[in-house]
Amino acid sequence: MVSPAVDTKPLSSGAAVPQLFDCRDAYSQTLEKMAAEDNRVCAVVNDSVSSTKLKKFQELFPDRFVNVGIAEQNMVGVGAGLANGGMVPYVCGASCFLTARAMEQVKVDLGYSKWNVKLCGMSSGMAYGQLGPTHHSIEDLAWTRVIPNLTVIVPADPQETEQVMRYSLEHQGPMFLRISRMPVCKIHAPTDTFTLGKASMLHDGDDVTIIANGVLASRAVTAAKMLAEQGIHARVLNMSSIKPIDSDAILKAARETRGIVTAEEALQAGGLGGAVAEILARHHPAPMRMMGLPDVFAPTGTAEFLLEYFHLNAQGMIDAVLDLLGSKK
Amino acid sequence: MTKSSIQELRQISNRIRISAMTMTNHSKLGHTGGDLSSSDILTCLYFGGILNVDPENPKWEQRDRFIMSKGHCSGAFYSILATRGFFPAEQLKTFMDPLSMLNGHPDRNKLLGVEANTGPLGHGAPIAVGAALAAKMRGESWRAFVLTGDGELQEGSNWEAAMTAQHYHLDNLVIIVDRNRIQQGDFTENTIRMDPVAPKWEAFGFAVREVDGHNHEELLNTLESIPLSPGKPTCIIANTIKGKGVSFAENKPAWHHGVPTREQLALAAEELGVEVPW
Repeated sequence: MVSPAVDTKPLSSGAAVPQLFDCRDAYSQTLEKMAAEDNRVCAVVNDSVSSTKLKKFQELFPDRFVNVGIAEQNMVGVGAGLANGGMVPYVCGASCFLTARAMEQVKVDLGYSKWNVKLCGMSSGMAYGQLGPTHHSIEDLAWTRVIPNLTVIVPADPQETEQVMRYSLEHQGPMFLRISRMPVCKIHAPTDTFTLGKASMLHDGDDVTIIANGVLASRAVTAAKMLAEQGIHARVLNMSSIKPIDSDAILKAARETRGIVTAEEALQAGGLGGAVAEILARHHPAPMRMMGLPDVFAPTGTAEFLLEYFHLNAQGMIDAVLDLLGSKK
Repeated sequence: MTKSSIQELRQISNRIRISAMTMTNHSKLGHTGGDLSSSDILTCLYFGGILNVDPENPKWEQRDRFIMSKGHCSGAFYSILATRGFFPAEQLKTFMDPLSMLNGHPDRNKLLGVEANTGPLGHGAPIAVGAALAAKMRGESWRAFVLTGDGELQEGSNWEAAMTAQHYHLDNLVIIVDRNRIQQGDFTENTIRMDPVAPKWEAFGFAVREVDGHNHEELLNTLESIPLSPGKPTCIIANTIKGKGVSFAENKPAWHHGVPTREQLALAAEELGVEVPW
């Protein structure tokens, strides 16, 4: 694994700057539409009206908007109670507080109880950059993934965020949706559709596989394009559905390519990489490199800086691929 | 709704007591003290014409929600549910057996009549607040009741829930505190001072009434006057005796989770004026 070091080299000079999107917009706009169509949809926040981008929802549906104040344990319990009463609550707050502060409620009131509550963990990963490790949510994937009955999804772009939101209303049972505030570009074709438990292939190749999600998915595509220039054909899987995970796609990649690099904006332990490693260890051991934060809290810096610092960028993925493949292709 | 006479309620309460103790004797695990302190409250709710529930249609959308936040007192809770007809009383004999539907703490996915999975303390109040909010959002008239322990109020989540309840004027919410003054390790006041309890709830915007939690008439009169104040959530502080009705268990911290022997069961039954059920 590459060691943390700052790499601010531009990936390719003269490349067109892609349009960037904040997935929170797709999430909040879709939630507004869903609430207009289905009067069971309601929102619960912890004072986080602006950071969850629900100001307009509050104006449109004041009777279906609950602000419990800064009280995350209560917020998740209230969500369970709303579900008991026949509503479909979207419980939205900064992922760092929503998960860590309310973890027992997430375990007992949602996972164990199976209440139909949708947790929207906003500004996850290191999106809060300079605010520091208290506000980073690099542990949430490891924590949520191990809770029975809890579905965990990390959408990668606005289209997928909208599709995941739409799907969440059809899904019976508790879900954790990890929604970043870091700008991302569109990576899906308009015809692509989100399917629970299925990865989407963003780039085909048979030399190596990069499995990423969230804000790193687009970087994985960039890495694959740059690797192609070196004659290395990388498959890129967007594994937005972490639980359930697409075992078939992982095993196919393990059989058809020479190894797997996972990349996530989270700790290396317990999240996407851990989930992929568990599948491989049980069914088809294969060489792996797991990209993410090592067992550390992040230093101070912008979100973008921190991704570079931990090599969670296209160049980092290329380095990991080359390391995995060795000197030979 | 089922409504019984005061005399009948007393008998049912004592049958719940001996049922819970018999279950604990069977499983060698349980929470006798709290089972006994909460039996009269549970009986008034389920047999006093208070809870609008239908065992024939347990998922009826308009039912009142009762959440047993002190889930460790499952002996009394399961006994009242079975007595009310949510499941066969025969099932009580499987309390905590391998693969039984009757966990040490209630599981709504296993047992009809259970509204929430409880056990860790301080979960019931937020869930009940959410349920009460749902009723308001849907324009429905059903209510949410919670029975919480007094030691349980040391969990901060209760007070988070209380703030939400008063802010949203949840007068369809009733929090009943089983104030038996003993928690697992000691008397509450020796552990962390809780008195005065009533002014705390009043300060959090609740309409509060203190009652004798073993006086069925007083309990019913209060439960029938909900909301105590329109626009406000209700808190009923039921002053109880842990281990109530069984001399060797009354007001003794060790009986928080004491397990009665068959001999003690017989003695308890005699004091309660009921038969050991099995």
